[in-house]
Parts: sequence; C-alpha cells; structure tokens
Amino acid sequence: MASAIRDKALVVIQLSGGNDYLNTVVPYTNGLYYDFRPTVNIAAEDVLPIDDAFGFNPSLGPIKRLWDEGKVAIINGIGYPHPDRSHFRSMDIWHTAEPEKIGKEGWLGRVIRTLDTKGDNVLTGINFGRGLPRALGCRGVPVASVGNLETYGLYPDLQEERSRQFALQTFTKMYGGGAGRDAVMGFLGQTASDALKGADILRTAPAQYASTVAYANNSVAQSLKSMAQVIFADLGTRIYYTQYGSFDTHSGELATHAKLWQEVAGAVGAFMDDLQAHGREDDALLLVFSEFGRRIRDNGSGADHGSGGVAFVIGKAVQGGMYGEYPSLKVEAQLEGDLHFNNDFRCTYSTLLEQWLGLEPAPIVNGQFEQFACLKTSAS
Amino acid sequence: MHQQDMTLMAHLLRRAGFGATRDDLEAYVAKGYEAVVEELLHPSDPQAMPEDIIRRYHVDQSELRQLDAAGANWLYRMITTKCPLEEKIALFWHSLFATGYAKLNQARALLNQIDMFRRYGLGRFDTLLVELSKDPAMIIWLDNNNNHKGSINENYGRELLELFSMGIGNYTEEDIQECARAFTGWTLGNAEYMAVRASKDSIWPYGRIAWHFEYRDGDHDDGEKTFLGETDRFNGEQIIDIVARQEATARFISRRLFQFFAADEIDAHSEQTIQEMMQSYFDSGYEIRTVLRTLFLSDYFTSEQARYARVKGPVELVVGAIRLAGSYRTPTLGAHQLAYQTFYMGQGLLQPPSVEGWHEGLEWVDSGSLLERINFIAKELSNVQNSGVRAIIARLAAENGGTLMPEQLVDRCLDLVGPLSVHDDTRAALVEFAAMDGALQLKGHLPGDPSERRVGNMLRMIASTREFQLA
Repeated sequence: MASAIRDKALVVIQLSGGNDYLNTVVPYTNGLYYDFRPTVNIAAEDVLPIDDAFGFNPSLGPIKRLWDEGKVAIINGIGYPHPDRSHFRSMDIWHTAEPEKIGKEGWLGRVIRTLDTKGDNVLTGINFGRGLPRALGCRGVPVASVGNLETYGLYPDLQEERSRQFALQTFTKMYGGGAGRDAVMGFLGQTASDALKGADILRTAPAQYASTVAYANNSVAQSLKSMAQVIFADLGTRIYYTQYGSFDTHSGELATHAKLWQEVAGAVGAFMDDLQAHGREDDALLLVFSEFGRRIRDNGSGADHGSGGVAFVIGKAVQGGMYGEYPSLKVEAQLEGDLHFNNDFRCTYSTLLEQWLGLEPAPIVNGQFEQFACLKTSAS
Repeated sequence: MHQQDMTLMAHLLRRAGFGATRDDLEAYVAKGYEAVVEELLHPSDPQAMPEDIIRRYHVDQSELRQLDAAGANWLYRMITTKCPLEEKIALFWHSLFATGYAKLNQARALLNQIDMFRRYGLGRFDTLLVELSKDPAMIIWLDNNNNHKGSINENYGRELLELFSMGIGNYTEEDIQECARAFTGWTLGNAEYMAVRASKDSIWPYGRIAWHFEYRDGDHDDGEKTFLGETDRFNGEQIIDIVARQEATARFISRRLFQFFAADEIDAHSEQTIQEMMQSYFDSGYEIRTVLRTLFLSDYFTSEQARYARVKGPVELVVGAIRLAGSYRTPTLGAHQLAYQTFYMGQGLLQPPSVEGWHEGLEWVDSGSLLERINFIAKELSNVQNSGVRAIIARLAAENGGTLMPEQLVDRCLDLVGPLSVHDDTRAALVEFAAMDGALQLKGHLPGDPSERRVGNMLRMIASTREFQLA
C-alpha cells in the first residue's frame, strides 16, 4: 500500500493577489449578493450552474466540465483565525502553515524533506517560475526553480553552440576536482554537480514529450505543460508548484478576473486532458488556492481585500462536490465586511498530506486538523 | 606597487565593501592599508549620485513605499556609493536586526530603518539599540505597539536579548518579562490605527502614512523591575545600558561582526581576534567603529587564513559583480530587476525570511541558487559593452602589444578581477579553455569583435569558478 501511494504527485497552483470568491463560485440566486455587488457581479443568466444556489463564473468553463465529470472538490469558506488582509503576511501564513507567528519553514519544503529524507532526488520538488516561494523553502532541501524547461541550466544567455560546449566542459572540469579541497570547495562542487544533473535530466523531459493536447500561450498554461512533461518523464518529482496572477482586483475587476480565470481554467483543463491522454490521471492531484477572498461589498469597480475564500482540489481521485460551507452574506454573519471563513486551510492541507501523499500531517501543518472526505481513496 | 599590497587591499574591499575595480584598488593602495581602513570607517560624501538624481531618473523607484522599488533603491546606493562600508554595515545590521516587509506593508519605514543603520551603525552599540527600540518598523515588526502597561507583549523584549544583543542562555524568562515591562509605552504615533492599516495592506484611498515613534508615559510601567540581578524603576534606556555592558553582549556582537566581515566559521585561530574585538568594545565605550578597526588590522584578518573564508551573500555577489562590470552606473531602465535577482538567489532585500535573518555561509548555496548566482554574474562580466569589462580589455590591450598567450590571458584576467587566487585545477581548466583558440591578439580590437568576446568569455568562466563564489 505504502509503495502504491508514494508515486502520487501534488500540483499546487497559487492564485496570487486574492481571488474574488464571490465572483468565482457565484451565489446567483441570493439577492444579498446583488445588493452588495451592484456593479461587480456576475449576472444570474451568465453563470454555469452548479445547483440552485451556486454557479461557476462563466470563465471557469473547463473546470465546470471537470466538475460535471465528478473531478472537482470545491472547498468553501476556507481561511484561518484572525485573518490578515496583507497579501504578504497572508501568503506567508499559507506557505508556512503558521498563522500565529512568523514561520520558518515552508509546508511543502517539509513535505519534500519527509518524502526524500536523504535528498537523493534533487527533483523531488520543482517550482515553475523564478525565485523560490516560501512554501517550498526549507533549510537543506534542494528545490529546482525552473523558469523555462527548455533552457534551464547554465548560461542560458550563451547561444553560440561551440562557445557553449567549451564553456560547459570547462565548467565541469573546474567543479570536478573535489579531492584534496576543503569542505566548502567540496560542497560547491557537489552542489554544482547536482544542479547540472538536475538540469540535464529536466531538459530530457520536453524532448520525450509528445501530445495532441494544445496548451495556450500564457505562463500558467506553459507551466502546467512543463509539469505534464516532467510527470510523463518519470523523474520522481512529487511536488509541483506554480503561481499566477495578479488577482488583486481593486479596480476593473470583471474584465481582469475573467481573463485570469480563462487562462487558469484553460490550463487546468488542458493539463487534465493531457494526463488522461497519457493514462496518467491517477498520478496527480491539483490544489488551487489564493491567500484570501475579497470584500463582500464592491467598491464600484473592483473589491478590496477580504478574508474567507475558496480552494479547489481537482483530479480523478477526487470525490466531486461542495465541501465546507458557503459563508452567509447576511450582515450579522459577516466578518468585518468579509465572508466569514469556516474551515482552516490546514484541514485541506492535512487531507492532501494524509490521504493523497500518505504522510503524517501534524508535523507538517503544525497541529491536528479535521480532514475532508473529498478523495475517493478516503472512502475505500 | 607590490602585488601583495594589491591582494590585501582587494581582500579588505571585498569585506568592508563590495569589491573594487583595478582603478579603485590602485588609488587605495597608494594611500596605504591603515589609511584606507580609517577612510572606510569614517564615511563622508558617500553619494557618487545624489538621491534626487536617482529618484528623478529611476521612475521604477518613484514609489518607495513598495517593496521592489525600495529594494532596488538600496541596491542602487550600494552600487554607486563611494563609502562602501556605510552600506555594508547597514547590510550587516539588516541581517542581524532582520525586519521584513511581510508584516509592515510599508517599505518606506524599512528604508528609514536602513538609513538609521547608516547614521548609527558604526557608532556606539547602546545608542544603536535605543534607536532600534524607537524604530517604527521594528515596533510593528515585533509587536511593541501591543506591549502595554499591565499587559505586556514579550516579543521585542525577548528578541532584543536573544537575537539582537546577548544570545540565548544569558538571561532568564523573568529577565525577558522585566525587559518587556521596561519597553511598555514605546510605540508609534496613532499606533492602533497604524497597526490596523498595516494589516489591511490597502493603499486606498489615502495611501500609506508615515510612521513616527511616540513614547506614551501613561502606558509605561514605571514600577520597580529586576533585570539581570539589578533592581530599579528601569525604563528602556536603562535596560539597554545594562545589556550593553554585559560580556555576553560584547562576545555576541564581536562574533557576529567576525562572521560577517572575516570568516563564516569561527575556529581556534579566530578566538584571539574575537577577544581583542571584545576588549575594544569595552575600551571604546561600545563603539562598533573601534571594534571593526581592531578586526581589520588584526593578524587574522590580514593573513592568508581569512582570504576566501566567506561565501558571498547574494547581495554582495550581485553588487560586487555590477561594480566590477561597471554596469548600472548611470540611471538605467530596468534597474529594479536587480532586486529580483538577489531574491532569486535567496536574499530578498527588506524581506528576510524571519526575525532570525538569513542563514548565511554555505547555506546561501543550493542547486537552484547556485545556477542563479553563476548565470547572473557570468552574463554581467562577459558583456563586453559594460564599461568595467571594457576597462579590463583596454588594460590587456595595452600590455605586450596586445598579444596574450593562453596562460597570460588567464593570469591577467584573474589578476584584474581580483586579484583572484584560484586552485591549480581551476587554473588548468581555464588555461585549457583559453588555449582552444590559441594566442589572443587584441591589437586593433574593436568593440564587440571576436578578440574582445574572447576576453568576455574568459571573464565568464572566471566568474563561474568556485573561488569567485567566495569573498
């Protein structure tokens, strides 16, 4: 059983900037929604109905299709105690699973360390994008941050082939002779060797890849395509991460939000199609989250920072449905003008850790949290 | 001019600054080592480019309340300053008194804190701690605005002792509480509102508001306190007086300065120097300038032992490479990208991962950050359009009629980027690289022609060495 679980990959898509929950899963039959959102709303006739009360934003078409196939869990009202409406702090809390104080380790960094205790595979975790998100940061845990899979590695600026070959050969020689050197030089040599090894392996992924699925030409779609390539190449990668945005729609929300979701939903749809086409649907699960939702009342053009939000867990292993509770819009139920969260994000983390990755959640998320029964494996 | 003087001066400037070009080094060597140490310790006229010019031409720095612009602004000052130690000591204190944007949402307050480090960072340590305790960014960062008479918040009191002065094990939990009591009432003007604003992170509709220190007598616990065995009605200043005269404090600060300026690892050889630094700390009335002078003039620091004994931090690496390459010396569109570069390498300025600062030394390096480090500096130093690279080419072209055999090309380039001393294996690999195209003829060279590009490629390989990762 344990070995069967160990190959599962978790794909995390971070929607940076604070995704507007109300306009993503729309309470289209609730008069209060249209009262509070006189301008920045989705008309009832436009939503993609989930049931009599809620519907997807029309830009989430591909996710609606997955929902109809029973592959989407909507985690309603997700958040954490004493919400912080700062992007940075709130994202930090999601990244470190530590709402009370400034945390030191990223939750996925801990996951990678737990999955690969000796650091045998430098590709256990990969971030697609430049700069490591704190979620993946953990002392002594190597994580590749890949801007572009095709050019990842040394000297992406060096185009001319002969110079490039000479330069790479020389680099390998310069970092090769570790014998007789001190610990620092030895460490640098080993690290460079790991980095080149990782880069060499990673660059093979696009070469092996063939697919009929078309991904759009935007960065989230391209990142998910790269993830699919790495999954199909079987490099032992377990954690995939990327971020997209900005969902910080203080103004001009309707147009921006629609465009962003078309891109994200399109990318997710293509990725799932690709997995299916390659018979790999059982191997990956997606978590889509944002640091907070937005204010209930619109500001005439957008909506300001809020608290309670929505997350999605997507994959064939999902028991499709609505989880958590959609927060009430009634004034007395609001939290300082926001949707009141009713489940801690660490419940969702714990669910994925234990039921999908087969890990003990408590040391990773800093405590015991109730889990959702949103995966099929949990029912069996 | 003796080569060993040049080598020692290059070492000093890597540590007390961000490296130096050959022109700068020649001027420094002419002044003599001790005179240069004094000059560095007494920064004056630091601005090669005045702040108003930087701000006028760098539209990307027009909003310094935002993180990226503020980080870029500080980096730009590091790149253009004529007083590098002033910036280096500010970077040291920023690493030690690590305050981050995440909780503040107000980068201007952080830049004000950095400016405070420039003003007080080489002066008396007790004065610096008082200024730190009044610093608005620090007050919000460690919750001293929530530290009230009758309802203390220990956060600042604890870190002042543990992370900022004495180190763990030199005080009790009761001392922390008494320390926190002494700092009650040390807050911000309109603190409650400002704290709410920080947590809301909204620049609408009124923008972010400047913060200033306010002492609230009515919220200060004026009762008797017992701190490190002494009892009185201490206020914050008296607590700092007591802290500053502890041997643990002298040791803690001397060790941290030693690790930042001399060597990542403290071994038996270093102990003598640290003892001398502690003595200077007490003799001078806790003056950091004097402690650093003792270090820079010490046998340890000036010996071979201290050479390349530190891993360059990302900010040092990036700023050093840019100062050497001579890029970004005039206002340059896209300079704000530099702030992202250090972030990609693991050191986002003004955004340390926690109050403990960054994990330095070898922990700067992992497989991801090493690629980022090498790719950035290799690109800067191989670009023959950059003025610093052109200066190196000009020097090479002026020697021996511009003809360089492969070994000469390697040795002259190693000399001009440092002098950088490399292991025999490294040098052999570089010579082999140079030999692939035979002797280099720079006579009659033209900007960007193949002969110049060979120099650029040699600098690329030198920037890629393990040795170049070290300071």
